[in-house]
Amino acid sequence: MKVTIDGQSIEVEPGTTILQAARMIGGEVVPPAMCYYSKLKGSGGKCRCCLVEVAKGSEADPRPMPKLMASCVTGCMDGMEVNSKSSERVQEARKSVTEFLLINHPLDCPVCDQAGECDLQNLSFEHGKSQSRFIEEKRTFEPENIGENIQLHMNRCILCYRCVMVADQLTDDRVHGVMDRGDHSNISTCISKAIDNEFSGNMIDVCPVGALTDKTFRFKSRVWFNKPYNAHRDCDKCCGKTTVWMFGDEIQRVTGRKDEFHEVEEFICNGCRFDHKEVSDWIIEGPREFEKDSVINQNNYTRKLETVEIATEDQILLGREQDRKKISMPAIPLDKNEEEDFKHGNI
Amino acid sequence: MSQKILLDKINVPGIKTYDVYRANGGYASVEKALKTLTPDEVVEEVKTSGLRGRGGAGFPAGMKWSFIDKKSGKPRHLVCNADESEPGTFKDRYLMEFIPHLLIEGMITSSYALGANLSYIYIRGEYMWVYKILERAINEAKAAGFLGKNILGSGFDLELYVHCGAGAYICGEETALIESLEGKRGNPRIKPPFPAISGLWSNPTVVNNVETIAAVPWIINNSGADYAKIGIGRSTGTKLISASGHVKNPGVYEIELGLSVYEFMNSDEYLGGMSSDRPLKAFVPGGSSVPVLPANLIYKTANGEDRLMTYESLSDGGFATGSMLGSGGFIVYNDTSCIVRNTWNFSRFYHHESCGQCSPCREGTGWMEKVLHRIENGHGREEDIDLLLSIQSKIEGNTICPLGDAAAWPVAAAIRHFRDEFEYHIRFPEKIKNRDHFVAEPFSTVKHLVGIQTV
Amino acid sequence: MERTFHPQEINITESLMNRINELISHYPEDKRKSALLPVLHEVQDAHDNWLSLELMNKVAEIIQIKPIEVYEVVSFYTMYNQKPVGKYMFEFCTTSPCCLNGAEDLMDYTCEKLGVEPGETTADGNFTVVGVQCLGACGYAPMMQLGDFYKEHLNKEKIDLLIADCKNDKIILHDK
Repeated sequence: MKVTIDGQSIEVEPGTTILQAARMIGGEVVPPAMCYYSKLKGSGGKCRCCLVEVAKGSEADPRPMPKLMASCVTGCMDGMEVNSKSSERVQEARKSVTEFLLINHPLDCPVCDQAGECDLQNLSFEHGKSQSRFIEEKRTFEPENIGENIQLHMNRCILCYRCVMVADQLTDDRVHGVMDRGDHSNISTCISKAIDNEFSGNMIDVCPVGALTDKTFRFKSRVWFNKPYNAHRDCDKCCGKTTVWMFGDEIQRVTGRKDEFHEVEEFICNGCRFDHKEVSDWIIEGPREFEKDSVINQNNYTRKLETVEIATEDQILLGREQDRKKISMPAIPLDKNEEEDFKHGNI
Repeated sequence: MSQKILLDKINVPGIKTYDVYRANGGYASVEKALKTLTPDEVVEEVKTSGLRGRGGAGFPAGMKWSFIDKKSGKPRHLVCNADESEPGTFKDRYLMEFIPHLLIEGMITSSYALGANLSYIYIRGEYMWVYKILERAINEAKAAGFLGKNILGSGFDLELYVHCGAGAYICGEETALIESLEGKRGNPRIKPPFPAISGLWSNPTVVNNVETIAAVPWIINNSGADYAKIGIGRSTGTKLISASGHVKNPGVYEIELGLSVYEFMNSDEYLGGMSSDRPLKAFVPGGSSVPVLPANLIYKTANGEDRLMTYESLSDGGFATGSMLGSGGFIVYNDTSCIVRNTWNFSRFYHHESCGQCSPCREGTGWMEKVLHRIENGHGREEDIDLLLSIQSKIEGNTICPLGDAAAWPVAAAIRHFRDEFEYHIRFPEKIKNRDHFVAEPFSTVKHLVGIQTV
Repeated sequence: MERTFHPQEINITESLMNRINELISHYPEDKRKSALLPVLHEVQDAHDNWLSLELMNKVAEIIQIKPIEVYEVVSFYTMYNQKPVGKYMFEFCTTSPCCLNGAEDLMDYTCEKLGVEPGETTADGNFTVVGVQCLGACGYAPMMQLGDFYKEHLNKEKIDLLIADCKNDKIILHDK
């Protein structure tokens, strides 16, 4: 079957989705995917980031599809023509989805362990705007402790359902799931139960954002200060093939080996992930490849950096002055208490 | 009097019971179909009738039936969608409550046409007493030999059960309904595969609205061609309309498609005009998800033709000057009602009912509700109106299921036709601080305060 | 998320169990999970109209599914209560068609009369007043749901009567 994406044609097997075909082509035509995960059955279709325009349905039925289609769950047809990055409508839709995903997101990247390897960061870098139109109060959730090894930070979650599928498909006793509905949907065990299954750590790897992070690595380092190496060990539970993230001689974190689409090559067990942090535990194969434009690369280039001067102070003062002008209403003088408050800057 | 197909026997005393229903010609279609017709002939008859899905989308029912996968050899199911939750719509409940055997008869005949041996009626959990009525009716039908093994000696087996939901509008979407019937959260599935190929328990399934199925007995007893004679063009047959809001006689009415909106609104046989001397301001013809229309576009279309109660006429002019027949939820507003408040109310509904699976709907419905809530409560900003339009356009068409569109359309339509009312809310917050702000001072009397004129 | 734990006495009587088995029999043998929603309704009705964690675990055991599958479903659907509610739960429809006919005012009146805020239960545990989304009775507004039944065409006098009837135990909540 022949399918054309943004003018580039490729032969694919029947049953291939548009996203898979785009990934075969590679490069800029690959739609972003926040919820689809090729190793998890039934994933995809939810985040709507990978929407594409089908300009020609197939050779047999050349009508275009009226709506944008989620490329991760739409199968290729022979002769199909798809517009991904080249379509303005698609770009607009991706911008929309990015905005939706960000309105309730805490935007706390500076304190988020996922920063630097976060799909949402990448998505907003590509399709986001630098300002927000959302002035409402953000939705928040009560924190929930789900055990020793995994940190759940629900406010960052984009509800991709990947972690639920990991629990469903890798373990035999799922104890967490999606509770409630609508924009209050949340990942929870409902009873603050520890998720301590032998493969539960994979939830961290599949999480596209910082909603599930490694407690044993929490606040230890920014990911770009670590150097990733491929390593392996004999493990009776899993393949034992991992990436270890090193700072000097110290292994700070162990993850599955992620490919260019940020999917792990093979799932690993919790033993490998959390309990083997000594260099002597591992046979280190060599540096792990990573994308050229990844922030992880930041630490590996030797180049002169220009000092950037940030006029923070000036801008803050300017803003205050504008606010003061805006809110002072000479016609209505402040009363005594208000004046006092005003002095302390509480008004 | 126009012809009644569904409700012609509704006033017969005791029609709820099997005996009375049977004595009044009930279950004749089952006898006719099972004894004299092949399943394909039944499908053909329904195709000829031009019967369109009465749940809202208006997809031809016969066509939907013909898509069901009969080759795979898997068991097939018919599921009746009685999860009626669209604000403004309460027709199915009326039908099921007062003439339950009509639905059961339709289910048997339709199941026979589809070759389904296990069928369900999915009713919303709030209609618990109707659930009990249906359960009893099914038991009666079973005792009379119309359900179970080898019905009427034809060799056709059918088990029919009622399944109840538990409070989720989204379960009216057919794949969410199937998920819910499987005992899961009502998250709509990604299509394809369509239910006709892989539905309930991955078996080929057809999901039809109550009213659609209830129309089948008449079509079989008479003929598809007879049914097609009623109505106009592609809008064949009769339709139940549930009328609510500021009308004199709210309730459920059966109309022949093609009746003029003016007659439906004003004749004593139907709504009997407005409930008070306050004038008509707006109306929603097909349940909360379809665009609202202002007074000047209700009785006449934009090019001056009479507006008729048909799928085509109500959508005449597209969304710019038209709307949709939808599920037939007819909501009428007089000039004391506030469009902004109404839009916020609907937006709150969709926010509350979004399943939360896909991002545009999950985040967008909540955002729209918050913005509308601010405007309605006097904290709106001028840019909020365009912001709302922008949010709704970003939801529309980008979601898994039609709930996103349903949430987006009413907002767009309200702003399209009543933009000055939104502006009024933003510019005169002190005038709208009470929720009954248009009761003493209708918008028409303060409209001049908002400078820019809109349609 | 916020989950407060309240004790609940679990009592799966024989007649309840028979009804549950009947419901399960409506579905193919390997599809017991399908019976979850109706079974939860029955169980909730028999347990003061709410479902505690223990009760949900019990349902999971009966249906033979994982407890989390029950929690997920219970939290998705609005008719399942996860904390104790009043014996008489007044569920007012507050969607637009009802509001056009004064549902909000009537709900305010009821709340005031019972001395509660929407969503709250009276101190004696008898009444809860909540606003819910469209109940499908738009033409008969204002209306509310009480137990298995709808109370339609309401006004202040009818509310007064209804409250009095509730207090005198004259209201049938479930059609069994």
